[in-house]
Amino acid sequence: MKRGLPEDPMMRQLVIMAREKMISRRAALLGLGGTAAALSLASCAPAATTLTPAEDLSDSEKILVWHNWPLYMDGEDDGSYPTLNRFMDQTGIKVEYMMEIDDNDTWYAKVKDQLALGADPGFDVACPTNWLVDRMIGLGYLQTMDNANMPNKVANLESAYLGNANDPDRVLSVPYQGIIGGIVYNKKMYKEATGKDAPTSLADVWAPELKGRVGLISEMRDSLGLTLLSQGVDITDPNSLTEDAFNAAVDFIAAQVSSGQIFNIKGNSYGEDLTNGNIIAALAWSGDTTILNFEVGEDRFGFVVPDTGSTISSDSFVIPMGSQHKKNAEALINYYYDPVNAAELAAYVNYVTPVVGAKEEMLKTDPELANNPLIFPTEELLSNVHAFRPLTGQEEQRFATAWQNLLLGA
Amino acid sequence: MAFVALGQGGAKSSAPVKNSSKVAFILLAPGMIYLGLFFLTPLVSLVITSLKTASMTGVIGMYDYGFEPGNYAYAIEQYGPQVIRSFGYALTATVLALVISYPIAYFIGVKARGKPVLQALLLTLVIAPFFISFLLRTFAWKQIFSNEAPITQFLQSIGLLPSDQYIIGTSFAVIFGLTYNFIPFMTLPIYTSLERLDVRLVEAGSDLYASPAKTFWKVTFPLSLPGVISGTLLTFIPISGDYVNASRDFLGGSDTAMIGNVVEANYFRIQDYPTASALSVMLMAAIVILVSVYVRRSGTEDLL
Repeated sequence: MKRGLPEDPMMRQLVIMAREKMISRRAALLGLGGTAAALSLASCAPAATTLTPAEDLSDSEKILVWHNWPLYMDGEDDGSYPTLNRFMDQTGIKVEYMMEIDDNDTWYAKVKDQLALGADPGFDVACPTNWLVDRMIGLGYLQTMDNANMPNKVANLESAYLGNANDPDRVLSVPYQGIIGGIVYNKKMYKEATGKDAPTSLADVWAPELKGRVGLISEMRDSLGLTLLSQGVDITDPNSLTEDAFNAAVDFIAAQVSSGQIFNIKGNSYGEDLTNGNIIAALAWSGDTTILNFEVGEDRFGFVVPDTGSTISSDSFVIPMGSQHKKNAEALINYYYDPVNAAELAAYVNYVTPVVGAKEEMLKTDPELANNPLIFPTEELLSNVHAFRPLTGQEEQRFATAWQNLLLGA
Repeated sequence: MAFVALGQGGAKSSAPVKNSSKVAFILLAPGMIYLGLFFLTPLVSLVITSLKTASMTGVIGMYDYGFEPGNYAYAIEQYGPQVIRSFGYALTATVLALVISYPIAYFIGVKARGKPVLQALLLTLVIAPFFISFLLRTFAWKQIFSNEAPITQFLQSIGLLPSDQYIIGTSFAVIFGLTYNFIPFMTLPIYTSLERLDVRLVEAGSDLYASPAKTFWKVTFPLSLPGVISGTLLTFIPISGDYVNASRDFLGGSDTAMIGNVVEANYFRIQDYPTASALSVMLMAAIVILVSVYVRRSGTEDLL
């Protein structure tokens, strides 16, 4: 319905203009563009400020959301979760267990904006890998835990997993499972190729007999950490692990790639290259060795710590500033530091347990598993493992760029 | 522009729409809002991000708003080889897909004409790979080409492949995967062109003493050009941005990374959002330019 235009000339002009504007295509497009620009700006994260912990409602709200990796909880194949269910029964805390992390970087990309705001990121406790934990600590995203609520952790944390300069007392992050980097090799094929039983050092991996049959995990801190160790660099010490030392190690790996010694550098799928025989040896993680042997149904793969030392890291519990259930999370951590529960979990997930006493518990129920050094490492093994030092933001960016550019090739 | 040209096919309606712009606007609104939210917003965001500068705080992944065209220079300088490789792979795979698809499309569209059952069966076979996830199919090829697989062993034993070289992780494997994955996108448009081919024109060609080859080049091929053009566009554009086949977790190796892999690494692994965005903007611009030149040069604007 069109109404007559007003008599007043100025109003008349305005109405005409307004009507034209309303249907002008250009105006509509301009408006659309403006809205889009505003939306894109609004979607970006705000500048960092000092964050404070959210109010702890644990006493009234018996709930907990836990982000974790796949294949990281006992009873996962049938969804029974024996240890977790027992925790819920004992404490009355209802845990929502979510397998949200299948890659540190992509998981972090999803939660980082809420973390930066100190808002609830959708989880109360999560278990990312230590280098990401270091980044989160540096940014002040994490709540400090109360050791008084975690007596088991105080008593049973394996000393090899004590924190670095960022978190010496392990109150910002607590190891869930340990990860040891070293040499995984196909026993039969290695013997056929070299005539030796097992590699003992990184030099064995770079031997000409293995040309084109070596894999590397794409995790910078393990692949380069092992290489740096073999070059005599102390990866825990900022004065020894300098940018020059790092770049020298990157160049060394690059040379191994261009000479064809290294077949491929991959994420988790390096396991397939081992099982289908593409590669004979890999710089990779101990925990996967047990899983790979289980997959192929025989004792085909072995794991050694090179004589120059192995890398150690862990996936660690962290509590974000935005969580309102810190005490519940501490109860959970305390529960998994009870050797009985830790042993039950370790028997299923096959990673290295950071809980002292779990081995003794396992000896009672499954002596064969308890003597598997890949799950319950010996003192000797643990004495030769080293943790990659924390990096500053700029170092991390530069190191990661150098490493990724190597992966992308020329 | 090519995309506009693509859309003009059926738009030549003769009856002018009655002047009721308000209704038209309301009808257009959902589409406009959709485009604004899901095309324009990310695009503007991408351009803004591509010009950001590193944050003074030195925190990884933090960038300040700014105007830093140097991001583009850095991206080209650092990742020039991968950009060139992407277009090289895309071109090779598109040509291969065309060479393989054309005879298939010709057979289904012309030779199998009048045999609807055979035609339907063959078309189903062309589409059948879509019934299985594209990732799974690429994984399957990874297994087939693996180092201990019969194919590799056979090629090595007859000496076609040196004993210390393998198929997986090479440019060959990546281009193979790209070609394989995009063949249906090439076959179907060519088929729809050829299906309408008037065979009497081909007969007329031979009546006029043209050799079969000449008839094909002068009659059949020009008539199928619209299908060839849309087929090549449908393969070339997605292949240029593909990052699955070239990924080292699938068929790629240490020196097969394409622009998509570079963007992924910069975005997720290094948290270098400006470089990743600059590369994406350049990829988009390059494709738009290449495609418009292509469509113009092949003189097929009216055919589309």
